[in-house]
Amino acid sequence: MIEARQLVKRFGAVQALNGVSFRAGDGRITGLLGPNGAGKSTTLRILYSTLKPDSGSAFIDGELVEQENVAVRRRLGVLPHNAGLYPSLTARENIEYFGRLAGLSSIAARRRADELLTLLELEDIATRRAKGFSQGQRLKTALARALVHAPRNLILDEPTNGLDVPAVRKLRALLQRLRDQGQCILFSSHVMQEVALLCDDAVVIARGTVVAQGSPEELRAATGADSFEDAFVALTGVNGDDT
Amino acid sequence: MRATLTVFVKEFLENLRDRRTVMMALLFGPLFGPIFFSLMLQFALDRTRAIETAVELRMINSAGAPNLVRFLESHQVVVLDIKGDAAVARSMVADRKAKAVLEVPADYGARLASGAPAPLRLYTDTSRNTDTREVARIRTLINQHGQQIATQRLALRGVDARLLVPVVLQNIDVSTPASRALLVLGMLSFFLVLSLLTGGMYLAMDSTVGERDRGTLEPLLATPVPREALLCGKLLATCAYMLLSLSITTAALFLALSRLDLEQFGMSANLDPRTALALIAVTAPLIPLLAALMTLVAAQARSTREAQAWLGVLQLVPTLPLVFASLMNLAPSLPLMAVPSLSQHFLITAVLRAEQLHPLQVLVSVASSLLLGVLLVMVAARVYRRESLLV
Repeated sequence: MIEARQLVKRFGAVQALNGVSFRAGDGRITGLLGPNGAGKSTTLRILYSTLKPDSGSAFIDGELVEQENVAVRRRLGVLPHNAGLYPSLTARENIEYFGRLAGLSSIAARRRADELLTLLELEDIATRRAKGFSQGQRLKTALARALVHAPRNLILDEPTNGLDVPAVRKLRALLQRLRDQGQCILFSSHVMQEVALLCDDAVVIARGTVVAQGSPEELRAATGADSFEDAFVALTGVNGDDT
Repeated sequence: MRATLTVFVKEFLENLRDRRTVMMALLFGPLFGPIFFSLMLQFALDRTRAIETAVELRMINSAGAPNLVRFLESHQVVVLDIKGDAAVARSMVADRKAKAVLEVPADYGARLASGAPAPLRLYTDTSRNTDTREVARIRTLINQHGQQIATQRLALRGVDARLLVPVVLQNIDVSTPASRALLVLGMLSFFLVLSLLTGGMYLAMDSTVGERDRGTLEPLLATPVPREALLCGKLLATCAYMLLSLSITTAALFLALSRLDLEQFGMSANLDPRTALALIAVTAPLIPLLAALMTLVAAQARSTREAQAWLGVLQLVPTLPLVFASLMNLAPSLPLMAVPSLSQHFLITAVLRAEQLHPLQVLVSVASSLLLGVLLVMVAARVYRRESLLV
């Protein structure tokens, strides 16, 4: 379970977050939805402890998230924006390195990498260096890396960015499978259709605050909009003209 | 601890795959010094040899001064007679057809016979400094010839020629072959310190700005590993590359020096493998200090490019004490041994001179460098905990 309580964060003159609170439950896929610059990445970064909130706190499975709290990060798998793979390491090495850092023995890390390479259909690039990977290959490798220590909670920052339709579908199926195994999955997106298709709960964030949360269906009904996209526009006050 | 080791192994191997890092840190960096050094010494050797080889001198009207010609030829000067006048002499020197042209004026013989000063004209180009040694030799020989004539004239008149020599200056050189070699070998400490910097520079950048630029820092910091452990692994890898670079440089220098005939300079350098190990041992305590310093500087930079610029400037810092040492003629003393880089310079020099090392001085040098190193590592760890590292 991932929980944010009244997160406030300011960068210089920019108030990035102004009291963000929500809860992402186990066995559910929660979508963090908002226009560009709404504070999605900042929220996620606080949740996986690379940023410190000015006030408010975050909890993973009820444990306080802090930079010093190593144990809380063990419960967490992270797919950051733009994947971030080591270009001169192979797909397998990228995955195993993070397995070792998460405390797996070299044998366990190797075995786990094998599993994930099969699961994500990465066998053909397992021994290739990440330098020349396509966007889809990069993303899948980074996802395997996030899953290497079998975390109960998964945070994905814009996971479908730059993926083609078949890849998005496969990703969707995988996340649903993980959800059905009881994992807590939190992902951010600015694409409404994606959130509507994938998530059980949506948290809509705009200008650093949560403006609505509920299932996509509930949100649509609450705003009286015909589609989820119209609901999003109504909630965030962002329409096509000024973005 | 295990995570630190994991990071160390990964950084070490990953950088070994990066062609640019390997070229700079383990090839060009360490070999630049030795190559530069041996070329310089080779050049100096060639110049020494040039003194013993014959010099060509073109002479106008050489028949007018037969005794001079004989004297010059007996001192390894090949005299070539040419026809012409002052204009020919000028153009020959100006067009680099000759380094020097000696013109014997028509009245030379008559004036010499009458005891009047006899003129000789030597055409040279002083703006060409490659010729100065040969020209100086010719000039000295002509003056010697003049001295001989003067001595003979005085002897003929029954005057003691020693009257012309009121003072005799004798130069007594107390330098030993090893200390003479040190004039040149003093540069060695400079190259050794520089090899540390070039060896660690790329890894220091890679562990901070490099990771940030590639977007790998964020997932790394999200792993369940304390940031100090990550930093320590990276610093260890940086230190390992610095030690490798230092070892390669030392080995290459010793190879280059043993190939050159240092005895030609009347020098002998202390060049056995044990000296090489001693050099590495006295220089190595500087490694953690410089690794942490480079990491700190790189962490402040906004981009890899900026980090590169700053680290370029940083390369000058450890070499400053060496400059001061030679300018101010500093001698090793206990307080100065507490200055990193300067103390290593003193110790390197002492090792090369085959001097007995002062145990207390070695202790102060090692302890102060390591202590400062630990301090800087702690500062670097603080920087690594800051969230501004990410943005």
